[in-house]
Amino acid sequence: MKRIVYREWRIPPTRYWGILGLLAVVIGLGGLAALYLEHQGHWVTGMNNFVVWGVPHVFAVFLIIAASGAVNVASIATVFGKGSYQPLGRLSGLLAVALLIGGLLILVLDLGRPDRLLVALTHYNLRSIFAWNIYLYTGFIALVIAYLWSMADRMGLAFKRPIGLVAFGWRIALTTATGSIFGFLVARQAFDTAFLAPMFIIMSLAYGLAIFILVLLFSFDQEGRPVGEQLLRRLKNLLGVFVAAVLYFTLVYYLTKGYGAKNTDLVGWLLFGGGSYSVLLWIGWVLAGTLVPLGILWYPSTRRDCRWIAAACALVILGGLAALYVILVGSQVYPLPIFPGHTILDSGFLDGVKVGAASYRPTLPELLLGLGGVAVALLLTAVGVRVLQFLPESLADADLPGDGQDPDAPAGASKASYISEISAG
Amino acid sequence: MMKHPDETIDHGRRAWFGLAAGVTAAVAAPGVILQIASADPDPAPVTAAARWGLLIDTNKCAAGCRDCVDACDRENGLDRQSKPPSQSPAAWTDQKAVWVRKVKLADDLTGRVTNLPLMCQHCEHPPCVDVCPTGASFKRADGIVVVDRHICIGCRYCMMACPYQARSFVHEPMHDQLTQVPRGKGCVESCNLCVSRRDHGLASTACADACAAAGKGAIVFGDLKDPASPISLALRAMPSRQLREDLALNTGVRYAGV
Repeated sequence: MKRIVYREWRIPPTRYWGILGLLAVVIGLGGLAALYLEHQGHWVTGMNNFVVWGVPHVFAVFLIIAASGAVNVASIATVFGKGSYQPLGRLSGLLAVALLIGGLLILVLDLGRPDRLLVALTHYNLRSIFAWNIYLYTGFIALVIAYLWSMADRMGLAFKRPIGLVAFGWRIALTTATGSIFGFLVARQAFDTAFLAPMFIIMSLAYGLAIFILVLLFSFDQEGRPVGEQLLRRLKNLLGVFVAAVLYFTLVYYLTKGYGAKNTDLVGWLLFGGGSYSVLLWIGWVLAGTLVPLGILWYPSTRRDCRWIAAACALVILGGLAALYVILVGSQVYPLPIFPGHTILDSGFLDGVKVGAASYRPTLPELLLGLGGVAVALLLTAVGVRVLQFLPESLADADLPGDGQDPDAPAGASKASYISEISAG
Repeated sequence: MMKHPDETIDHGRRAWFGLAAGVTAAVAAPGVILQIASADPDPAPVTAAARWGLLIDTNKCAAGCRDCVDACDRENGLDRQSKPPSQSPAAWTDQKAVWVRKVKLADDLTGRVTNLPLMCQHCEHPPCVDVCPTGASFKRADGIVVVDRHICIGCRYCMMACPYQARSFVHEPMHDQLTQVPRGKGCVESCNLCVSRRDHGLASTACADACAAAGKGAIVFGDLKDPASPISLALRAMPSRQLREDLALNTGVRYAGV
C-alpha cells in the first residue's frame, strides 16, 4: 500500500489570484447587498408578511444541508472503511466547514436585526429547533475541525475513528434538525411532517457529493493531478444512487401529502396549477436536476467522461436549488387553511381565490446575498487547499488504498508504539 | 528608609481624579435615577389570575366596516406607517404591518357570507412561542402573547409557525412611534390585546371600544377566567369556536357564527 502524499494546490499565482479576485467580487457584492438590506429594511426585498423566507433562505438551507453531505465522503472512509475514499477525507472536511459557514453567513445577514447575533447566542428557548440548531451548527464546525486534525496530524490518528463516528452521528442530527425546522411547522400543510427530516438527509447526500465531485474535478484538472477512472466511477455511481433516492423521496412525499382530501388542493396546485412553481418543480427539480443527470451518469457514452460527470453535478446542484425554492417558497405562497371550506372574498390578502395567490418576486439584493454565501464557501476552500495540504497528489487507481486499509496508519505497529516513535523523532 | 523619588504622592493628580470622578457622578447619576424612575411606573407583576381574551360575534360584524382596524392602527401607531417612496403600492400592501385584518368569507357549499376581524388568537399553546429561538416571542402570565422587541432578532420563524398569519415584520425604518407602543425595523409584532392598557388597568381594547362605539358590539373583551365577566357570560350563552381547532391551541380569541 502506497502512502498518500498531500500537497498544497500549486496552480500558477495569476490564475489563483484571478479565482480569488472573482470570488472576492461576488462576496463584496453580497456584503453590499447585506448592508443595503440592513440599512433600508427588508422592504427592498421581495419578501413580505406572507412569504417571510425567500431566496436567501433557499441558498442558506442548500449550503447547510450540502455541508453535512460533503462530510459524508470522509465518513465513507472512516466509518464504513472504504479505503479508496481515505485520500478524499481532508477535502471533504474542509468543504463541509466552508459550506456551513457560507450558509450561516447568509442566514445571519438576512436577519431583521443581524446586530443582535449576540442575543441569539446568549438567549435560548430550548423548545425551539432553531435554538438546537445553533448548538448543532457550531458543534459541527468544531467537530469537523477536530476531524481534520485527526486526519492531518499523526498525533491525532488514534482519534480519527472515534471523532469520525461522532461526526457521522452529528451530521445526521444536524440535517434532521434542519429538516425539522420545516417539519415542526404544524400550521403549514406542506410542512408538518416527520418525512422532511429524512428527505433533507438524502438531499444533503446528493447535493454535498455533487459539490464535492465538482470541486475535486476542478482542482485536480487545474493542476493536472490524476483522478483514477475507478474512483470516479465509484463517486459518480454513488451520486446516481443518491439522486435517484431523492427522486424516490420526492415521489413518496407528494403521494402521501396528496392522498388525504385535506391536502389534495395543495399538492394539485404545487404539481400542476402553481405556474412558475410547478415549472420549477417539473423542469428544474425533476427533469434537469434528477432525470437528466441520472441519464448522464449511466449512459454509456457519457458516464466515463469527466466533463459530462461535472455537468451532471452542476445540474444536480441547480436542481437542488430549484427543489428548495419549491419546498420553501412554494409552501409559503400557498394560503394557510385558516377557514377550510370557505373562500376569502375580501381581506387585503389572497382575495377571491382558494389557492396560490401570495406574491413573491425575488430582488437582486436577495440573489446577491445568496451568491455571496456560495462565494464565501468557495473562497474558504480555495484558500484552504492553497495554504494547507488538503489535496492528495494523486488519485490514480494504482495509488489508492483498498477497502479496510488506512494508509495513514503505520503497517504492523501498534498506535502507542507509533506515537512514541514519532515523539522520539 | 527613603522613598524612591517616583513613589512620592502627586496631590495635584489625586485632586484632579477626585474632581473628575465627582463631576462624572454628578452628570450620570440623575440620568440613571431618572431612567430607573421612568422604567417601572407600575410595579405590580402580571399574574395568572386573569386570562384575557376576545369573543367575536360575526353575526354583528358588518360588511365594509373597518372601525376596529382603524382604532387598532391609531392605538398602536400603525397609521403612521408610510410607504417607502420607491416601493410599489401592491408590494407595500403585503409588507406593511397589519395587526387586525378584516376578512369576508363565503361558505363554499352554501354561499353564506361571514365578516370577521382576524388578529393574533393569543393561544394557550402558541406555536410562535415554541419556535422562537431567543424567547422573544412569549406568553405573559395573563395569556397575552407578545414579542419582546429587545431580544427579537428578526428571524421570522414565528411568522412561519403562526397558523393565523397574524404577525407582521417591520420592513421599513421607523419614525414617529408612540411612546406606549415601541416598534422597530427588523422586528416582528402583532396584536397584544392593547397590553399597555392592561398594565394601566383600563377596561377594554381599542378594537372592542370602537366596535361598541359604532353600535355593533361584535367584539367583547374580558377575563376568560372570571365567570361573571361579560365575555364569560356571552361565551356560555352562545355557541362559539376556535379557528384551527384541530391544532388544539386553546385560543384566547373565540368566534361565534362561523
